[in-house]
Amino acid sequence: MMGSVLSTRARVWWAVITVVVLVGALFPVVSILMTSFKGPSDINSGTFLPPQWSTDNYEQILSSGGSAQELFLSALRNSVGISLIATAIAVVLATLAAYAIARLDFPGKRLILTTALGVSIFPVVSIVTPLFNLWRNIGLYDTWLGLIIPYLSLTLPISIWTLAAFFRQIPWELEQAAQVDGATPWQAFRKVIVPLAAPGVFTTALIAFFIAWNDFIYGISLTSTSAARPVPAALAFFTGASYFEEPTGAISAAAVVVTIPVVILVVLFQRQIVSGLTQGAVKG
Amino acid sequence: MSTETRGARRAQPEPAAPDPAHGRKGRAARSDRARAEARLGWYLAGPAFVVMLAVTLYPILQAVYDSLFNYKLTAPDDRSFVGLGNYLVILSDPVWWRDFAVTFFIMVVSVVVELVLGFALALVMHRAIKRLRGLLRTAILVPYGIITVVSAFAWFYAFDITSGYVNSWFDWVPGVGPDLNWFAHQGTSLFVIIASEVWKTTPFISLLLLAGLAQVPGDLEEAAKVDGATAWQRFSRVIVPNMKAAIMVAVLFRALDAFRIFDNVFIMTNGANNTEVLSLLAYRTSIGQLQIGMGSAISVLLFLCVIGICFVAIKLFKVDLAGARGER
Repeated sequence: MMGSVLSTRARVWWAVITVVVLVGALFPVVSILMTSFKGPSDINSGTFLPPQWSTDNYEQILSSGGSAQELFLSALRNSVGISLIATAIAVVLATLAAYAIARLDFPGKRLILTTALGVSIFPVVSIVTPLFNLWRNIGLYDTWLGLIIPYLSLTLPISIWTLAAFFRQIPWELEQAAQVDGATPWQAFRKVIVPLAAPGVFTTALIAFFIAWNDFIYGISLTSTSAARPVPAALAFFTGASYFEEPTGAISAAAVVVTIPVVILVVLFQRQIVSGLTQGAVKG
Repeated sequence: MSTETRGARRAQPEPAAPDPAHGRKGRAARSDRARAEARLGWYLAGPAFVVMLAVTLYPILQAVYDSLFNYKLTAPDDRSFVGLGNYLVILSDPVWWRDFAVTFFIMVVSVVVELVLGFALALVMHRAIKRLRGLLRTAILVPYGIITVVSAFAWFYAFDITSGYVNSWFDWVPGVGPDLNWFAHQGTSLFVIIASEVWKTTPFISLLLLAGLAQVPGDLEEAAKVDGATAWQRFSRVIVPNMKAAIMVAVLFRALDAFRIFDNVFIMTNGANNTEVLSLLAYRTSIGQLQIGMGSAISVLLFLCVIGICFVAIKLFKVDLAGARGER
């Protein structure tokens, strides 16, 4: 809008604003990053920067023989696996539903969207008690499936909403236009519709994955061992290298490790995530 | 809208079809097509719908049923029907009301703070030149994407009396000093809990507000500027009224989310020093103490609170949830 002709005053203002936003948004992340590099003797140094940089904490959670390695790596495996599966199921179901909502006229369309909205504001803790009891009785307690099923209550509603919004903006006439131009229905779908729909599906998957990845209540309530316990729950039950040692360092290092993929995804796909979260209302 | 036109069409007599057989055939074909479309629609959307109901409606009904029993997993055979007894116990227990007050306090304070900060952030992103926009968006999406438990630990370790640096950085602030144990008092604990909640979720509210800002007609603002309106006047008289719906939806969504707060409280204080919230009370009762009946009753009450907040928002403040989220 203003192009490159910003006045000096505006330039200074924007520099200040940018620095304030960056510091505000990233400071806690940098803070725990610094804590993760403090060795056992420096954990309580009371300084922001580590007095002596140490990778002890990372060795504890990553290297073989590290005291928390088994705990952390199995939690990581559980988190990645369970979140990916819950995301995949939700996105497939939501793609079908959103396609129907965007393209077909059928009674109950609003009911489905309202249900999705209702499910998304549902307090997780209200579902967890009956599930806890039921899972124990039917053997789903402390299993991957036992988390994947309730995770659908987190991932499915937002996927339906986001995808329905994306699909509404697809110019579906193009499919017919391609067929008029001699494409077969399959070609028209694959060459015209899939490329238009794919970004929306991908963005939705990303947002749904973030939500599943973030879960804590299901994780601590429906698991008891490293068989299915995901990272956020495992972090809360970390213990130090010895019984008397606070696990501050190991938790910080583990927290940093699980935050790295989030930061990478955000850097790569910030535009898509923003448009997905604002339901395609913001362009550019 | 489309059902209306179809209804109107059907209500009209069809003078253009003197041949009754022909007319019936046409109508039958149309409704056949509509029926086929409806069937396909439900084939495609049905599975998602059924799964959503199965993972929420079934458990909440089970919770309602369980809440009517005195049922502890520590003594499963002593299960007995108590009707609304559990609810009476809870509602006459000061713990429920204390936790309710704490939860409500966290909700109100964090939503108000987030609305102000979120609006500022949304305006910054809205106005920012292209070159800065990507950087700003990336930065604010980091708190959004980070795991809540991780954010809770980051804030906890920064303030913690043994590992933190906040006390030495801010010892010039009255009341802050090397001896301040933030997590030993209700007020200071809630301060850190709310701070971490605000940090983590302001990006979400600011993105919803950003979407609302994009809907404010630019020429309206321009016109106000030409007429000599100050920046504040443009904001309060032009921008805010034009995005009222988006603001209301953002506030309601965040309020419902904040009311369900659990993760940061669990990590930082686990409810100590009168910082327990309702979700934590439900968790502690059913998962911690295995009192399924009592825990279910708390779960149901929590669910009713969420519905109550929705009801108040929709009836009193006329929040149009579906409309503002793009569904018309």
